[in-house]
Order: sequence, then C-alpha cells, then structure tokens
Amino acid sequence: MRPILVSSFTTATCLGRGAGPLRRALASGTSGLEPCRFETCDLDTWIGMIPGLEEQRLPARLAAFDCRNNRAAEAAIAEDGFEDAVRRVAGRRGASRVGVFLGTSTSGILEAELAYRRREGGDGALPADFDYRRTHNAFSLVDYVRARLGLRGPAAALSTACSSSAKAFASAARYVEAGMIDAAVVGGVDSLCLTTLYGFNSLQLLSPRPCRPYDARRDGISIGEAAALILLERCDEPRDGASWLLGAGESCDAYHMSSPHPEGAGARLAMEAALRSAGVAASAIDYVNLHGTGTPSNDAAEDKAIEAVFGRDVPCSSTKGMTGHTLGAAGGVEAIVCLIAMADGLVPGSPGTREVDSGLRAHYELTPRARRVDRTLSNSFGFGGTNCSLVFGRAAA
Amino acid sequence: MTLGATVEGIGLVGPGLAGWSASRERLAGREAFAAVPTVIPLPEALPATERRRAGKTVRLALAAGLEAAHMAGREARSLATIFASSGGESENCHAICEALAGADRLISPTRFHNSVHNAAAGYWGIATGAMAPADAIGAFDASFAAGLLEALVRLAANPAQAALLIAYDTPYPEPLHGARPIADSFATAFVLSSDAARGPRIEARIEERPAARMDDASLERVRAGIPAARSLPLLRALARNAASSVSLEYVDGQAVRVELRP
Repeated sequence: MRPILVSSFTTATCLGRGAGPLRRALASGTSGLEPCRFETCDLDTWIGMIPGLEEQRLPARLAAFDCRNNRAAEAAIAEDGFEDAVRRVAGRRGASRVGVFLGTSTSGILEAELAYRRREGGDGALPADFDYRRTHNAFSLVDYVRARLGLRGPAAALSTACSSSAKAFASAARYVEAGMIDAAVVGGVDSLCLTTLYGFNSLQLLSPRPCRPYDARRDGISIGEAAALILLERCDEPRDGASWLLGAGESCDAYHMSSPHPEGAGARLAMEAALRSAGVAASAIDYVNLHGTGTPSNDAAEDKAIEAVFGRDVPCSSTKGMTGHTLGAAGGVEAIVCLIAMADGLVPGSPGTREVDSGLRAHYELTPRARRVDRTLSNSFGFGGTNCSLVFGRAAA
Repeated sequence: MTLGATVEGIGLVGPGLAGWSASRERLAGREAFAAVPTVIPLPEALPATERRRAGKTVRLALAAGLEAAHMAGREARSLATIFASSGGESENCHAICEALAGADRLISPTRFHNSVHNAAAGYWGIATGAMAPADAIGAFDASFAAGLLEALVRLAANPAQAALLIAYDTPYPEPLHGARPIADSFATAFVLSSDAARGPRIEARIEERPAARMDDASLERVRAGIPAARSLPLLRALARNAASSVSLEYVDGQAVRVELRP
C-alpha cells in the first residue's frame, strides 16, 4: 500500500491522560496496574483504570452519549492537541472527506449491565433512561467521536474482539486507497465492564497478579481500559520527523473461538501480509510490539509465529504489563507505543516479567533501552481467531 | 466518487424469504409476499461440536453466506469476508447481562467467547477453513450499507480476491428488545468480485440525503424493522434484474446510492 501519514495521536490509559504519561512509562518501564476495585467486582485480579473517569463529563450537547466508554474517548480527545489537529484537517479537506473507523469490543455495555440490575420489579423493563443506541451499541463510540469532532465522512465500528482497533487502521487505509477519503480518525476505545472481567474469569484467563507476558510463570491477563485515537492523512510528499502507516496484514486462524492456533499459523499469515503490504523485508523491522497477553498458550503460539517470520534476533516485547490488556483498544494503544518508540529511539521493556520462559525463542526485552528504531510491527489477535499486524515507519518507504 | 463490483452470488434468510432463489419472484413483486416468521436453517458445514456450540445468530449468518458462495461457484475459503451487524450476538448479550445482574455472576465460558461481535466470522473460519481476512463491523441501522462500502473498498484494494459480505441481525430477547426492537431475524449475503463477466454490476456512492422508503408496504415494514433488511431495495432491484437505482440507509441522514446494470 501507499504509506499514510500519522498526523496526530492521543491516548488515555491507566498510566494517565494524553501520550505524555505513556511516553514516560515506556522510558522508565513502569506499570499502571492496580488491584481490582472496579464497580462491584469481587474478583481477585489486577486491572488498568483510566484515572478520573467517574468525574469525566461530555460536552452538554452530547450528554445523551454519556457512558464510561465515551468518557474514555473524551478523556483522550481533550489531550495532545488532537481535536485541533482533526479540525484543521477537516477544514482543509472537507468534513465529508474525513472518515471515522474505531475498534471496540464491548462499547458501553456497562450501561446495559447496570440497567439489568435496575429492572422494574427485578425482571421487568429496563429503566427509561437507558439509551441503547448512544451507549451500548458498538456504533455509539463512532457516532460520539464523529459528532464531537464535526466529521461527515464514511464511518464504521470495527469489532473483532482484541484485534478491533488494529483493523481500524487497515480499513481506513483501504478507504484512502480507494479515494473515498483523504483522512481518518482511527484506533479504538474499550472500557472496564463486568462482561469482560467475569467473562475472562469464566475462561480462567485472569491472573491474580499483574500480568507477566513471556514469563516462565505467566498465568493470565490483566484487563485494562484505554482510548487510543490516531489521525491518518493522505500525503504525497516526504515530511521531516513524521511517522507513517506503511502496511497492514490480516488473517484468520480458522481454528477455535478462544484458543490460538497452536503453531501460530494465522499470526504468521498476518505478519507476512503486513510486511508484503509495506514492501519491506522482515530484517527491516527494528522492534515488534507483541500481542503478548500473558496467557501460557497465547504467548507460546505467537512466539512460534515470530520465530518463523523474523528468526530469533528482532527485539520484541509486550507492553501489556504497563497498560493491561486493553482488548479492543489494544491495537490502537500499541500502535502509539510503536510511534513513541520510533520518535524517542527506544525499545520498550516488559514491566512485571522477571524471567523469560526458556521455551520461548524470541529476543524478548525486559527493560527499556535506547536504540534507533526506524520501523516497527505491532500484533493484535482476537477471539474468533481474527488477526491483524501493522507496520509503521519513520520514512515513507 | 463511486465504487463498483460484480454481484456473483446472493444469499437470503428472512421473514417469508427462505433463500434467494426461492424468494426472487416474491421480491420482484410477481408473487405475493407475506412476512411469516423467519426460519433459520441448520448449518451442515459446521463440525458437529461447533454446530452444538453455535447460537442462532451464527447459524443465520452462515446460512446466507454459504448460499451466496454456492451461487457464485466460489470456494467459501477463498473469499475475504465482511460481517456486518448492528448488535451481533443478541441472545448471548442478554444472557450475560442477566447473569451479571444475578447473585453469583456465573457466566458460561462458551457463552462468553460466543458473545463477541465477530463470533459469526470465527465460526465461518472454522466451518470453511478460510484463513482469508475477515471484518466484523457495525453501524447501527446503517450496518448493511457500511458493510457494502467496506466490501467494495476491500475489493478495490485487492481486485484479485472476491469478497463476501454477510449482513445479519437477530432480535434481542426482552428486556433489551424493549430498548432496541428488532422485528425478526434477517440475513443477506453478496459475493462481490471485479470480474465483469460473472454477473450484474453495481456502482455505489454516498449521497447527502436520507434513504427512500419502499413502495410495497409489507416489504417496507421488514426493511424498517430490521437493520440488515435495509438491504431490501437492492435485493428487489436484483430480483427484477433491470437497470435501476436504489438508495440504502447510511449513517446520520446520509444514504448509499447503488446503480444496478444487469
């Protein structure tokens, strides 16, 4: 594909609001995870919570969209000059030439969970103040961001579980390539809810400690919440200091709903497709941000795929020990991790991981270190075996 | 700015619409249409274990997708897929919310992994062996048109790989049904390719005005009652197989205009 300019990005994670706190945590190798005290959840696990969402407000004209997920989106929009950057591009290109493609796995489902508890008579109708369309539905997030930023271009919610927001980049790139749009807001938002906490618990995939990807004693995930918004723009000239989306690759495992293909066959196809789409060799990649959830089978399968594509030398790490597994937002958050790694000349580490599993072959980085990073690849794999890999670079080739 | 494709195959499961080939005369207005409740066929393609695990939303999507792939004479596993649905796994979503409102909050692990919006895409891969890219998207009542655009830009980016769009919705049980009424189950599927010789051509573009209603009152009730049935104007035009133009509901008061050239 033709490279697409990354013109702006912003995020909100458990580390704080805006890209600044994430950038500092990447440099110092610190974690934002804490013991779970979310809502009425009584599970013995650690989570990543965006600070202050309980007090977060949406603009009054969009109050009907109020839910934790859209608050998380708002927490990010307000940072890093993102709103101004989007409005400038929309002003220059036209609002109908800017698309919105965002990933989310559960959107505002927390509102439905709470509404079920408040049913009339315990089993009657949901309370009248429950607004399904503007909170619970997957498109609520896209609708909110589109209205918030005054955009009129093509739009869709992407929902392929934990690869959702990575696939948003791939989708937007196709719209740009087809000439339908000149720019797009991509990435995604997922927020804490009981469905994912109790759901991953039912699959026995929650760690009782902060997650330890690639560790010999890794025992599950830590769920996090995050918003990650990235402005992509068509651009035909070189730009000093800019970063670019160079390629995207997608595949399916065709294997199982919640277990990865044991040999990482689907993961390998996605990475190879991403490199092909970017027109770069595996040896040109300086850092791989792994999906690296911290479950025994996920990390083992991804490791096999990494070895098959890259051999054993490319520096890799999972940053889920910092942010938690932010599910449908993970692809967006980790795209930003890659952009920061390139801008700051940094290979991120893996807080929480002590001793790398000797059965895993990848060159796994435990602590952050300074190194020139020109091209990165980020992996995101989801339930249903839906995989997506993205390649970013400092130069448009 | 328009996007084009050849329609090679069509699948359909809806109220009074049991399969595309069985429904053509009815859709074209040459036979009487009555919206009797949708019957969802059993998915023969799924292995027995997965058939037991797959809920009705998955079975609905797979039935439409397989009919379209068969009509196109394409191997299902060769197709890139785009799954479009407003709410996805309606029954699993309800069951989980119900369990979470109860005292013990016990969720079945199968129920949980089947609750993802891309559950149908996952089962499609397991049933057909397809490792090709699969999208799962939603855009509330505009989900069909959003899925159509997604399929068309995917085809534009890779003209060599035919794309299968499957749009589907099932009703939520109460009490969610009261907050988001969906009249019945409906799925439609289209195999789209860049090979002009293999079927009628469609050209699509976004227009800044709301989608039109259908003149047939019974079909209009189905169209307006189920997000995936917003596809009915296009299905009717294809059933009539005459040069024509239809408008499909898109986001925020916009429509996707589709020109059909048989």
